[in-house]
Amino acid sequence: MTKPAPGTGSASNKAAAALSIEDRIGLYRTMTLIREFEEQVQRSYLEGLVHGTTHLCNGQEAVCAGVAKALREDDYVSYTYRGHGQCLARGMDLEAAFAELFGRETGVCGGIGGSMHLTDIDLGLIGAFGIVGAGLPVAVGAGLSAQLAGRRQVSVCFFGDGAVNIGAFHEAMNMAQVWKLPVIFVCENNLYGEFSHILHTTPYEDLVIRAAGYSMQSELVDGNDVLAVYDAAAPAVARARDGQGPTFIECKTYRHRGHSRTDPAKYRDSAEVEAWLKLDPISLYRADLRAAGLMSDVGAEDVAAEARSLVKAAADRAAAAPWPSQTQDFMATMFVQ
Amino acid sequence: MRTNEKIISAGVEPIERVTQEITYREAIVAALREEMRRDPKTLIMGEDVGESGGPFKTCHGLYEEFGAERVRDTPIAETGFVGAALGLALTGYRPIVEIMFADFLGVCFDQIANSIAKHRFMSGGRVKTPIVIRALGGAGLRFGAQHSQTAESWLLSVPGIKIICPSDPEQAYLMLKAAIRDDNPVLVLEHKALLSMKGPAPIGIDDVTMPSGPRVLRPGRHATIVASLAMVRKALAAAESLNAEGIEAEVIDIQVLRPLNVAPISDSVRRTNILVTVEEQAPTGGWSSDVVADVVSQAFDYLDAPPARITLPDHPLPYSPHLEDALIPSPERIAATVKSLL
Repeated sequence: MTKPAPGTGSASNKAAAALSIEDRIGLYRTMTLIREFEEQVQRSYLEGLVHGTTHLCNGQEAVCAGVAKALREDDYVSYTYRGHGQCLARGMDLEAAFAELFGRETGVCGGIGGSMHLTDIDLGLIGAFGIVGAGLPVAVGAGLSAQLAGRRQVSVCFFGDGAVNIGAFHEAMNMAQVWKLPVIFVCENNLYGEFSHILHTTPYEDLVIRAAGYSMQSELVDGNDVLAVYDAAAPAVARARDGQGPTFIECKTYRHRGHSRTDPAKYRDSAEVEAWLKLDPISLYRADLRAAGLMSDVGAEDVAAEARSLVKAAADRAAAAPWPSQTQDFMATMFVQ
Repeated sequence: MRTNEKIISAGVEPIERVTQEITYREAIVAALREEMRRDPKTLIMGEDVGESGGPFKTCHGLYEEFGAERVRDTPIAETGFVGAALGLALTGYRPIVEIMFADFLGVCFDQIANSIAKHRFMSGGRVKTPIVIRALGGAGLRFGAQHSQTAESWLLSVPGIKIICPSDPEQAYLMLKAAIRDDNPVLVLEHKALLSMKGPAPIGIDDVTMPSGPRVLRPGRHATIVASLAMVRKALAAAESLNAEGIEAEVIDIQVLRPLNVAPISDSVRRTNILVTVEEQAPTGGWSSDVVADVVSQAFDYLDAPPARITLPDHPLPYSPHLEDALIPSPERIAATVKSLL
């Protein structure tokens, strides 16, 4: 069994120390909203409203929330099929997100993309890539675009531990470093590439080692500590904006559920799962906020209740939305005419 | 030089517009240069396209004019830089990438087939992906099995990408300019054996549009020959020799593989009643399979003989000139095939 990794803790809440109380509670709200969204997706799936498959990010909310907090509205974000959290952290409309998962006309992609492909270019959400590693070169292109445009934007790409073994990862890391691009590579190391433990597919658990091979600045953080994630992301983003090149951030985390809807994750040791569940990022952060006197248990429950209510209302509206037209002009969807 | 006139284009300095004899290679360079002047959001990336001007000199002089940022040497990493083109396109640029040998399209197949071809569609049509992928393919240069493929068939079954293949300098120039202005992904398949081919091209012309289908290069009453890329010249040579025997063959350049528009070919067959296709590819899954299938569907009653497909054999190309030359379709083979059907 693999012990839960605490991360380096080297960041020691430096950037986070400057966050306002409102910002700190905002991070809690974001993580809670993502959790409640994913819980609703699970329920909606069982009700037959979500089709095919879906990949939930329960347990990994601190990574989405902590990185998003370090970004500007005009930054670019790319992610994977396990990308609901990134989209919500950037402010994707809840109803449009649900409607997309339900395959409805009012979905953020008109019901054409689905759970694995939530995209909203107006929020800088440039794409969810269903092929492992495929988003990384695209993020490099967005980073090159940012460098050429000279507006101090950054391009952030999220990917899992499974992606570090595919060629696209290496090509993207190399190009970003050679061209000193403003790209932040955020690896959500949840220890499993689909059903395989990381040590079955990779010679070591600390993927931050890969960054050294490209002379790239890197951070290894506890991905279940939202402030630690923010502390790693904020200086990386600042360096990128200043033209100092890319950073690789490895966030140690854990997915509470299986790879996808049909995966009961029986391959994981129950002691391992229990240990990680105790490190639930939302519970840990709630305890931090309580200890700091920033939020009471009642206050935390209020935040959760509000998120549940927003999510439920959005899901209900999405479920009532019409199906997309079967006679729409798909050629115009495919090509600009 | 045939004509020489000055034209005034939308408030910019006069462009020297000339119809001149240039090579296929010069036509590519001219199209790139003009479109990069026209739109500062265009840029080209590829292996050694910068200071060295491209392994086949198809970017000659661009680095000097536009600099290293817009004429960008990349690592040998097709997945990386073709994927980067999508990121650039999604964020406001109009990237052009050069694939040194079309064979290397295999290296970045996922980025093209799964990302570039589908990204706009999956977004519900809410993003634009103006990307040009230029790939230099084709046999006849003794480059062996991994550096001689036209790759015409590789992406034929992937919706979401346009595929064009210019067969002469004029088309290389006009089609590339139109492709760069197109708001969609376009794969431009160029042919290495044509790079030194000379022909007239209307250099400086600003009015360009993407071709919508095949074009008739030589009219004829007795047979229809459809060809692509380097096979077009072979088909024209065959038609010339048939003409000496009183057989008038119509020669059609397919030129747009996606979206494939077979209707004009069926129209031709309704007049000639004979169809021969010539493709520098293995027979299985090539564009000529679709052309024959569609012509049979659309003009079955007009066919006087079963359509014939001339292709490469169903194995990789060998290196030896003695072997390669014997396998690439020749004018003699095309002419003989036409005659066998009459």
